[in-house]
Amino acid sequence: MVIKLLNTILTVVAGVGAALVLYWILNKLAELLPGRWEERLKPYLYILPAVAAICLYVLYPGIQTIVYSFANSQSTQFIGWGNYSKLLTSSGFQQTVVTTLVWIIIAPLAAVILGLLVATLVDRLSPSGEKTAKTIVFFPLAISAVGAGTIWRLVYAYSPPGQPQIGIQNAIVTAFGFDPVAWLSVRTFYLNTLLLIVMFLWLNVGFSMVLLSSAIKGVPMDTMEAGRVDGATELQIFRRIVAPQIMPTVVTVYVTVLIGVMKLFDVVYVMTNGNFNTNVLATEFFNQLFTNFNNGAAAAIVVILMIAIIPVMIFQVRQFRLQEANR
Amino acid sequence: MTSPVQPAGTEATDPRLNRASRTRRPSVTGEGKPAHWSVRLAVLLVCFFWIVPAFGSLVTSFRTESDANASGWWTAFNPANWGSFTLGNYHDAIVNAGLGTAFINSLAIALPATFIPILIAAFAAYAFTFMQFPFRDTMFVIIVALLIVPNFVAMVPLLQVYSNIGIGGTFLSVWLFHIGFGMSLAIFLFRNYMATLPREVIESAKIDGASHYATFYRLILPMSTPVLASFAIFQFLWTWNDLLVALVFIGPGDNAPMTVAVKNNLIGQQGQGWNIVAAGGILTMILPIIIFLALQRFFVRGLTAGSVKG
Repeated sequence: MVIKLLNTILTVVAGVGAALVLYWILNKLAELLPGRWEERLKPYLYILPAVAAICLYVLYPGIQTIVYSFANSQSTQFIGWGNYSKLLTSSGFQQTVVTTLVWIIIAPLAAVILGLLVATLVDRLSPSGEKTAKTIVFFPLAISAVGAGTIWRLVYAYSPPGQPQIGIQNAIVTAFGFDPVAWLSVRTFYLNTLLLIVMFLWLNVGFSMVLLSSAIKGVPMDTMEAGRVDGATELQIFRRIVAPQIMPTVVTVYVTVLIGVMKLFDVVYVMTNGNFNTNVLATEFFNQLFTNFNNGAAAAIVVILMIAIIPVMIFQVRQFRLQEANR
Repeated sequence: MTSPVQPAGTEATDPRLNRASRTRRPSVTGEGKPAHWSVRLAVLLVCFFWIVPAFGSLVTSFRTESDANASGWWTAFNPANWGSFTLGNYHDAIVNAGLGTAFINSLAIALPATFIPILIAAFAAYAFTFMQFPFRDTMFVIIVALLIVPNFVAMVPLLQVYSNIGIGGTFLSVWLFHIGFGMSLAIFLFRNYMATLPREVIESAKIDGASHYATFYRLILPMSTPVLASFAIFQFLWTWNDLLVALVFIGPGDNAPMTVAVKNNLIGQQGQGWNIVAAGGILTMILPIIIFLALQRFFVRGLTAGSVKG
């Protein structure tokens, strides 16, 4: 244990030290070149290690994954579109796609609405009250889905009727005289997925709340005052004056949560392991890779997800360009 | 400032600082008066909903196994049950469920994965901000686009590469993965911050004959400390909380970090009592929550960009 800890500290020191030495050498190398070439080459030497890391860990494996998606489960032979056709025609995978869509449709929208609601509410409190409420809603953002899983499995825990309920949700249900429910295995109306979304929102509403709150506070007071003078109600002021001004942030939050939901893995893996129709793309990827040992299908799932993410990516780049233009 | 998609002028600020620096906006009920009771009630309900699940887990982690498995945690507040709390669950989780070792493993994974990419990314960000070279902007846009690539894009090929070169299951394999996937976020954050630094400082350093290396090392790096800290905190929490990368490249066993150990040794085991599962959960959360509460300000800064990270 002590050895592991020492090794860790040594690795940090050695890693940072090695990076320093590397740049020192690269810099010296550049200085050996004649003046004009030094200036031309130096930027490339400065970005080289970082770009190399990105190429090695993001670009190359990404392209390799596309190639593997056309190969068999051992990646030893090409089989054309086989992985895709097998996936898209299997009812299990279709179910996975539908569940993922349920997440995509509900979770980002709910995160924005709840975040907006909490942000508007706490805005009316005293400064200390606002600070406390924000910290409470915000703290789950720091914890892992595994940690949150230990919390929420307890909330949804089920004991057979007649026995004392350990989960608070079933305790409430039975207190009203109903039978306890094994919440995480109820597929009807995707109830179990909806309950996982509740847990996801508990983890992530703090994010949208903080961003939307600072956007609301950024709305110039005089625009609201002008509305009040003209006799607008509070609701009208919000709809006609505040809402248009915070729209860019609403879109930001929505897209950010959307990306998070599209690649969501740990919440589902920890809570249900994808059983009872709760499977999403990322957990199915993991299943194909480690339960079925099917590299081809796993790679094909990644490619399908990547295609779905491309529009979001284009949006990101566009927003970035806009922001640069305003700088 | 922190995200490609974040509109100008709405930078996330520390929730604690929001109010202090501004004049108070009149609320529905008029200026200066306390908020309407319905508003306060609604906020109380929200806070209640956020606290109760976590509080239930915290209480359960101090209950005995027979209590925790036979009754709800709220019954622990019945005066008849007072005094039956125990610290034994934490001992069991740390020693018997191997979370002590896992805690060290998590540190061993997260610390190098946090600190090594900082300098590398800072050099690149310096070049992207203060140097002119062909394809600079194109390359940067590609980095922005790669920011949201989910990390499992890289897993199938890298698993094979790792087993070919014989580093499967080691800390090294996870460090490299986190460094590679943290890089685009780090460059992006640092570059956006450096672009806001006053140009005159760099110009005058140039006139005084300082090389790029010296300018970076003496001026830009110290001036960028806040954003370096934001990234460090975010990357630390991200690698500490990560489950998928650790499952894929390390898996259960001697090198498993907290997330994998809690999932496999506690949540995944039928026989484990709620009390030990809860204690294990608290142990995984304790360090992130301390860091969060202590460094909330830096945490929020990296938030927007960090949340889209793959």
